[in-house]
Amino acid sequence: MEAIKTVGLTKKYKDVTAVCNLNLTIQQGELFSLLGVNGAGKTTTIKMLSCLTKPTVGDAFLGGNSIVSDTSKVKAIIGVSPQETAVAPNLTVKENLELMCGVHGFSKEKRKHKTEELSAQFNLTDILGRKAGKLSGGWQRRLSIAMALISEPEILFLDEPTLGLDIIARSDLWDVIRLLKGKITIILTTHYLEEAEALSDHIGIMKDGRLFALGTADELKEKAGTDKFEEAFLNIVKGVAK
Amino acid sequence: MRLLTFSWRTAKEILRDPLNLGFGLGFPIILILLLSAIQANVPVSLFEIQSLTPGITVFGLSFMTLFSATLIAKDRESALLQRLYTTPLRAVDFILGYALPILPIALVQSIICYIVAILLGLPVTVTIIYSVLFIIPVSLFFISLGLLFGSILNVKQAGGICGALLTNLTAWFSGVWFDLELVGGFFKKIANALPFVHAVELERAVLSGNYGDIFPHIYWVLGYTAVSVIVAVLLFLRQMGTQK
Repeated sequence: MEAIKTVGLTKKYKDVTAVCNLNLTIQQGELFSLLGVNGAGKTTTIKMLSCLTKPTVGDAFLGGNSIVSDTSKVKAIIGVSPQETAVAPNLTVKENLELMCGVHGFSKEKRKHKTEELSAQFNLTDILGRKAGKLSGGWQRRLSIAMALISEPEILFLDEPTLGLDIIARSDLWDVIRLLKGKITIILTTHYLEEAEALSDHIGIMKDGRLFALGTADELKEKAGTDKFEEAFLNIVKGVAK
Repeated sequence: MRLLTFSWRTAKEILRDPLNLGFGLGFPIILILLLSAIQANVPVSLFEIQSLTPGITVFGLSFMTLFSATLIAKDRESALLQRLYTTPLRAVDFILGYALPILPIALVQSIICYIVAILLGLPVTVTIIYSVLFIIPVSLFFISLGLLFGSILNVKQAGGICGALLTNLTAWFSGVWFDLELVGGFFKKIANALPFVHAVELERAVLSGNYGDIFPHIYWVLGYTAVSVIVAVLLFLRQMGTQK
């Protein structure tokens, strides 16, 4: 079953085309990675899919709901963890989780249940009383993803979730994402190619706002005529691939 | 429910910042104490407690603009707002959620100022309650300025414009620190064209029980409040669109 289907999705800013005629289908429960160099259009794509910006042309359907005409239905089934750490710094970890429960209109009982569940799932129980602004980057990212998941989304957008993290924090966070795999549809943007290769069901490579290549990691390597994913990525982006 | 959750978050973010508490509540109290001490040694009618307290309550509200603008600018920079824009919260929830929690903080600030003034000799009359109530439209003016500046400035700019410029404008053009008649001329014309002196005169009239004297000052305050609320809402909605 399709979780996301984009139809000619395009975003223009004055004379710059950030995303051009994107046609893409992502199946339910997939972990789909969107790769590309800076300015490739990954974040703009995620912003359009999460109803943060309207497409100039085209549409996308999340769970069958249009991002143009059914934004409230789309918002009800998505969770977003933005590129920057988006937590309320003077609230505690628990209050941040409760804030997300509250803005989604959860009852008191459900709020308590979801806070406990996510705290346990993300190992946040011991730091529930600490202010989010005082946590390390890795823990803030972990909290940020927990906040995105608290509404029980069908589709989770993770925009550069490991950006700026040290190797340990990055590894921990990838373990968390690995646990989520298969349970919900995950759309991920990242610069860490080896991790995208290891985790993704399908990978899309963008350049200059266009989808340059699409397939599994093995298919992309085959297409690029190499057995190394990093080399395959470079060949595709530089236009060397077949 | 959603609005309430977001409002609580706004209140907690502001009240848990020690700088906010220091400037918002501590600074006006220090000013009342300091100027009352000066008045005790060198009597100046402007610094008599009946005249000084309404002025300080209005001046203290300029910090509400700083709180509000800084919080919104921080939320924009940290992408927290971006995250919240992907939730079912509506534009009205954001605007009211940022503005309404600051109103009780402003009222508490005024009440504390009047309590200190009573300890320093301000006669206890019912007009104090009316003065606190009349601070509401003045507060809305300063709060909407915060929404306005928070929508267009970054954190550093918000600190500079609201923390330095606005507090100085409020101080200089309100007639709290010196009699505008003494300066006169162009300075007085500018002061009279701005809402600060009218807000102070409105509060002084209410506190003294001379209700006829609230005119025309209340018109100036309500007019500026209405305009700043409308502009703030428009700019916030615009920033919602552009940030998206």
